[in-house]
Amino acid sequence: MGLRVGIIGTGKMGLSHFSIVNAMPDTAVVAVCDTSRYVLSVLSKYVGVETFTSHEEMIDKANLDALIVATPSSTHFEYARYALERGVHLFVEKPLTLSPSESGSLSKLALERKRVNQVGFHNRFIGTFQEAQRLIRAGALGTVSNIHGSAFGQVVIKEQNRTWRAKRSEGGGCLHDYASHVIDLMNFLVGPPKQVQGASLQTIFSQDVEDAVSAVFSYENGAAGILETNWSDETYRKMSTTVTVHGTKGKLVVDRQELKVYLREGTAFEGYAEGWNSRYITSLQKPVGFYLRGEEYSAQIEAFLQAIRAGNASPENSFASAYETDRVVDLILKASA
Amino acid sequence: MATIDPILFGDNQFFGVNHMSEEKARQQLMKFKDTAAIVEVLDQAFDMGIRTFMCTTHDRIGEICDHMRAHRERYKDFVYFPCMPYAHKYANSVSQVGVMETIQRFSTGGVVSTVLRGAVGTFNRDIYALMKLLVDSEMKRFQGLNTPVIFVQNVVTDLLLGLKLYPVFAEFHSYLKERYDAEAGFITMNLPLLLDALAAVGVENPIVCANINKIGFRMSGGVDAYRDVLQTRKCRAIAMSVLASGAIPPKEAIDWVCGLPGVQSIVFGASSPGNIRQTQELIQRAWAR
Repeated sequence: MGLRVGIIGTGKMGLSHFSIVNAMPDTAVVAVCDTSRYVLSVLSKYVGVETFTSHEEMIDKANLDALIVATPSSTHFEYARYALERGVHLFVEKPLTLSPSESGSLSKLALERKRVNQVGFHNRFIGTFQEAQRLIRAGALGTVSNIHGSAFGQVVIKEQNRTWRAKRSEGGGCLHDYASHVIDLMNFLVGPPKQVQGASLQTIFSQDVEDAVSAVFSYENGAAGILETNWSDETYRKMSTTVTVHGTKGKLVVDRQELKVYLREGTAFEGYAEGWNSRYITSLQKPVGFYLRGEEYSAQIEAFLQAIRAGNASPENSFASAYETDRVVDLILKASA
Repeated sequence: MATIDPILFGDNQFFGVNHMSEEKARQQLMKFKDTAAIVEVLDQAFDMGIRTFMCTTHDRIGEICDHMRAHRERYKDFVYFPCMPYAHKYANSVSQVGVMETIQRFSTGGVVSTVLRGAVGTFNRDIYALMKLLVDSEMKRFQGLNTPVIFVQNVVTDLLLGLKLYPVFAEFHSYLKERYDAEAGFITMNLPLLLDALAAVGVENPIVCANINKIGFRMSGGVDAYRDVLQTRKCRAIAMSVLASGAIPPKEAIDWVCGLPGVQSIVFGASSPGNIRQTQELIQRAWAR
């Protein structure tokens, strides 16, 4: 018997998840929920999926094994809690919620109910970032002293963005919607920071939310981190995320395509020689069964479905891990106030 | 039936698309900032006997088309394979103004023409009408040029493939024939799945374009599945990303693809006459064997 999956939200991410899930073997999207009757009518007519305008009704009636929540961030908590209380495995788009306490309570609930719980921080499924994490954990860079994470792209390049991403009340803004990806990636690579020493949220074009986030982190072992994000940068065709990590034995610079590693004299590690080394996504990325828009989007869904089948409640990007990211987001908000 | 040359010229290098390095992509964007620099490389490829330009419907393609129309005699044998849509344009617009306004923004003439064409009544529920509007909007800048094959980009092909909206492929195919006297082409990262889908809706001997390279980079289903469908299914296959963004040395990469039964054409991009000639010669030599 195949897995029955429901989706709440049929925007860019919802449709992308729909296509990926539906292409997986023994899995089908059987129900979708949205407030847009236009999209629902198209999906109902052409894809033949059951449609709902109320999440309660869908979760109660559609007999789902798993649910994907891809709605504006401010709604995640309500939908996620309702689904978990009814025993549905859950994949929620990032960020998990807009408050660490809500994220923490969802994480607790998911563990109590033994439901698979995952958040869409897809960078953790990119081969270059995974290899960077492996090197850091194995001690190839020695003791980490500094980490710098940045993301630039063109989400808001005019004073006219009218989507939920430009509304604070719905969880929009560069911090929750964009910087959270970088924070999560930095957490993935070196663990979460202990403190946020200072932060600045700047408005460039938006009315209601920030378009750029800068912050300074400090870590348990004395390391320092810098976060720099700006979603009003039209020189990038799409979101471009780069992390640099310095350690006592060397340093690495990593983005979604390329991993550059420098190792100091006498510190060659496995296939990495002293001096500069380059590895590319072409050799680091594991293939996926169905490709839509980057292996990471498929790989995270494959991991989610695999965890459901294996009865493993904590895959990569669990709610507990996403809670740590929401906690740092909250510290940045407080530090910038 | 459209003739497809064995060697086609691609455009990623002109628009800052590089799957290996963001730095290299940026350098290329700077190098090809002026349309004249793009035209210069196209001229070099043309003078070496490459006739077909497989080009994304990027905003700047309009300027290139203007140049070609202004020098009709020089480019009379030039062939264009438009690849639509330029997805980032839509994706960025959806992030900025939402789905509905994006549709209005990019359909030909916006709402006015939609009303005039009587599509508005069925607009809400007819995705075929919407598909036709978007195709017309993307094809406007190719007016008067020779476009015998028109491709749908992989992000859209594969989205529809996952949604199992296979009838859209058939509608696209027949609309292009009827309106543009052109054949449909389908770019995909999931060739085995796509060929099944096209067969299911009766698109016979389809023109398909997919990553085909020795290391299996972005070949969903794996190299063996690709080898199998290329040999056993009737299709006109164009190989792209043959060098896997530079991960495979050129000669090794090209010899492997050219030795694969079922591959009819190769599309590649290059920014200098030396690279164009080298790749062209490697392909010609491999296929002569």
